[in-house]
Amino acid sequence: MNRTWIIARHEWRRLFSSPLAWACLGIVQLVLGIVFWLLLAEFAGLSYSNTQIGVAEFVGGGLFGFSSIVFLIVVPLLAMRSFAEERHSGSLELLLASPASLSQIVLGKFLGLVGFLWLMLGLTALMPLSLQIGTSLDLGLLAAAILGLALMLAAFAAAGIFVSVLCAQPVVAALAGFGLLLVLWLLQIAGAAPGPLAAVAEHVSLLSHFDALRRGVFDLADVAYYLLFCAAFIGLSIQRLAWERRA
Amino acid sequence: MSLLLNASDLHRAFGPHHAVRGVSLSLKRGEVVGLLGPNGAGKTTTLRMLTGCLAPDRGHIRIDGHDMADTPASAKARLGYLPEVPPLHGELTVTEYLQFAAQLHGMGRHQADAAVMRATQACGLEQARRQVIGSMSKGYRQRVGLAQAIIHAPPLIVLDEPTDGLDPNQRRQIHSLIRALARDHAILLSSHILAEIQVVCDRVAIMARGQVVYTSALDQLRPIDGDAAEQHVIIGLTRAPSREQLLALDGVTAVEALNAEQFRLSLDGHADTREHIARTAVTQDWGLFEMQQQHAALEQIFAELTA
Repeated sequence: MNRTWIIARHEWRRLFSSPLAWACLGIVQLVLGIVFWLLLAEFAGLSYSNTQIGVAEFVGGGLFGFSSIVFLIVVPLLAMRSFAEERHSGSLELLLASPASLSQIVLGKFLGLVGFLWLMLGLTALMPLSLQIGTSLDLGLLAAAILGLALMLAAFAAAGIFVSVLCAQPVVAALAGFGLLLVLWLLQIAGAAPGPLAAVAEHVSLLSHFDALRRGVFDLADVAYYLLFCAAFIGLSIQRLAWERRA
Repeated sequence: MSLLLNASDLHRAFGPHHAVRGVSLSLKRGEVVGLLGPNGAGKTTTLRMLTGCLAPDRGHIRIDGHDMADTPASAKARLGYLPEVPPLHGELTVTEYLQFAAQLHGMGRHQADAAVMRATQACGLEQARRQVIGSMSKGYRQRVGLAQAIIHAPPLIVLDEPTDGLDPNQRRQIHSLIRALARDHAILLSSHILAEIQVVCDRVAIMARGQVVYTSALDQLRPIDGDAAEQHVIIGLTRAPSREQLLALDGVTAVEALNAEQFRLSLDGHADTREHIARTAVTQDWGLFEMQQQHAALEQIFAELTA
């Protein structure tokens, strides 16, 4: 089997052997479950005359929008394990001295983390999808929103892993990762301000590309943005590890 | 070419600090070589370069004929490495962890299962296969680290201070483990414990200030200065004669009285005259009760080179 997959599967298994992953799963599901319930109650209270907005957009879009903020906090915590903690405990040498290449190591860890995040996303998506039992949902809109969140989670993971590669202290890695994601997130607010840089900020922001998908607007440019974002941070991580070996 | 490890002229600096300057090392099949040196001599840096964890600034490393810079995957496939801190994943069981290590080396599931059985058996971990690594004692963790290093049956095993921090019993167990492994593997191990090197190694290389300053087979240690062929014999005589009489013996070049009854004789090593000395001592009725050859002590050599 390819070493990338072996490393990814190993990461996955390690996540489920540690209390951190279970705690994340449990707490995230609890919080999002409450949000889901609140959104549902709010939607039920809307007057019938307001037909502008469907249940899929209101509940689904709202839930995914809120969950992106939750993941913003959770992902750096999970990503810090991948390199910073391994370096701290000395276990990174197992991979470095093995026949696996640096790209296989980074890609494997990335895929392992993304796999876990997508599992969390899948569980979250079940909540709005369960409404299909009682009503007919705009499944296209939900699919776009799920795709958007899946891509954004991959981007979070890539950025988190890059910060994890940079740091020797797990806590610093988690904090710095959170900081980086938050800045990339807040760029959207900068994008709303007047000025020549606003358009650039809007373009770079993680959130603005998600917002369109969340509303059910599927644009290949948004998908390409997230894929490029992932590729860039994975590439940077590999370069950084190669540099570390040399310097 | 029968050299299993051939490293030439390795250099490595960390910023302005030159950790390793011009180290060359080679290992033949079936050899156990001890890399001896005080803390900070560059042992770990050297081993990390040899195992591909660190790239050398200059120099070449070949493992069983495979260049570490050009073909790292095939070079690394031929070596097992136990770093100073065993690279363990504490949340996994021994079997889970070792299976991953085996698969990293390209083994299939069934092959990996067999390899885990073999490695745990070799390291005395049969009873601990299902134990979670994080709950194990330090000695056992070290064994798991060792099992990880031999899981793919590499021709070369590199061990960085394998007994550091272990109690004397655990240390003895690791020593006998290393001796047992030496039957099928070449082993390079670092240590700052002289007794350890003497127990497990065939050859010693002493490092100081980033260089290999001395290398010799352990049964042929020679003093750093003076005639390499010179031998020393400790002789014990209850009715010792005068110094002059001892000096007059065949081959004796110097006499040093250790106390009233024991003397250290320096012998010209070109001809072995110990038998002659013993016979003379008996016929002259000097009361010979002890006679032993003294090798240049590793400790003395180490102290002189690294102080």
